[in-house]
Amino acid sequence: MSVMSAAPIRLALPAVTQVRAPARRRFSLAGYRRFLSPLVLVLLWQAASMAGLVSPRVLAAPTTILASAWDLLISGELLYNMAVSLQRVAIGLAIGVSAGAVLAVASGLTRLGEDVVDAPMQMLRTLPFLALVPLFILWFGIGEVPKIGLVALGTTFPIYINLFAGIRGIEPKLLEAGRVFGLSRWGLIRHVILPGALPSGLVGLRYALGTAWLSLVVAEQINATAGIGYLINDARDFLRTDVIVVGLMVYAILGLSADALVRLGERRLLAWRPTLVGR
Amino acid sequence: MSNNAGVSVRNLTRQFGENRVLDALDVELEPGAFVALLGRSGSGKTTLLRTLAGLDAAPADAQIDVPTPTAVVFQEPRLLPWKPVWQNVALGLADPNPRRRAEAALGEVGLSHRLDAWPGTLSGGEAQRAALARALVRQPKLLLLDEPFAALDALTRMKMHGLVLDLWRTHAPTTLIVTHDVDEALLLADRVLVLEHGRIATDLRVGMDRPRDPTNPGFGPLRAKLLRALGVELPAARVLEPSA
Repeated sequence: MSVMSAAPIRLALPAVTQVRAPARRRFSLAGYRRFLSPLVLVLLWQAASMAGLVSPRVLAAPTTILASAWDLLISGELLYNMAVSLQRVAIGLAIGVSAGAVLAVASGLTRLGEDVVDAPMQMLRTLPFLALVPLFILWFGIGEVPKIGLVALGTTFPIYINLFAGIRGIEPKLLEAGRVFGLSRWGLIRHVILPGALPSGLVGLRYALGTAWLSLVVAEQINATAGIGYLINDARDFLRTDVIVVGLMVYAILGLSADALVRLGERRLLAWRPTLVGR
Repeated sequence: MSNNAGVSVRNLTRQFGENRVLDALDVELEPGAFVALLGRSGSGKTTLLRTLAGLDAAPADAQIDVPTPTAVVFQEPRLLPWKPVWQNVALGLADPNPRRRAEAALGEVGLSHRLDAWPGTLSGGEAQRAALARALVRQPKLLLLDEPFAALDALTRMKMHGLVLDLWRTHAPTTLIVTHDVDEALLLADRVLVLEHGRIATDLRVGMDRPRDPTNPGFGPLRAKLLRALGVELPAARVLEPSA
């Protein structure tokens, strides 16, 4: 009778040690390095202007631009024209976003709506809407209407397309769960469909903002008597490249701020998304 | 819909293309019973549950008598990710104070500490407990569970079994659990049905006292019988029989 001795078998497992990379703190010097090359470029530009290599007619010196910006700010001219431009964008955006959202909901929720709305929207979307400027001038003249209208038109499509995709992309299982727990059709729209489509809708809004500033730039070339575009056009007539650059900077700052605002809104409205949720 | 809290299904046929999933099925569930429904995949278990839940319309020639309210727990928690847990539980409730009722239900499933959490931050077990609370808060007369624990790990599943039994004892809804796990069926149910060729092929009463222990000698023969009904021959079943 042999007794099987259950000799413990030692498995020579390689020691798994977590090799941690030395947590070297990269000092923020590396962060500043990113700003170094733009700074050098600006300094070179300044030097070239001072040395007379770049004529002020081509491009004003950075110091001149800063001085002009300050003057325009003090005189109130800059803020006034900024307010006019902002108002155009705000009204146009409000109209465009509302129209895009209503159309997307109509076409996203019902088959009839899709048949009626989606086909023309998809066709119109392929049209470069800025090419409609001549028609807009014929239809609406040269006042505020074509400017706001152009912004509204340009922002309708990104909202429509993204929101429509968001509505159609709702998880059917969630809709089913909503139904089984007694949500009415309106309840499903309010609690399931619209919140579920919101992330796509906000992506659409960010695209729409980009389009809105672009539309504004073009629209303000149409015989404007106020606004950043007017400021730029007026400066062109007097060869004031410094003022033109100030106008461009304002466009850039407004665009960036609007985008930052939407991103802030996203963080609040989409706090539920696992990627944004802090555990 | 009757006031009787039992379920009665007569002559239910469901066909998808050539495939007849349910074939003139008759089944009765007595009020307050805990019934498990087993079947091979594609045997129509979920189709039956969905018909009882009202998610699939029943054909005109079938007679379906289901008590209301009915509540469902799906295999996935199906919580709305954009609503905090308590709002998910209170979804669709017509109540002046939905939060209080949701809190009570979440307390019962041991989730009082996650009332305001986003569903995306819950573990699998927590999410399924929230789904259970969402079903319970409606005080259902019929509770339908569609493989609710299939996606959970073994330890969490064991805890969930205990929880479901507690809740069933407290609220006494007629309960139907669809599962493919024979042991789960035997652990939970008073009665186990096996669906085959569109009808109830096996109808087994489980007389064991609760809490049940899978090592109970009563388990083996029942398990073997159910597995045979499901087309699985278990070699271990032969070993259990005395050979000499």
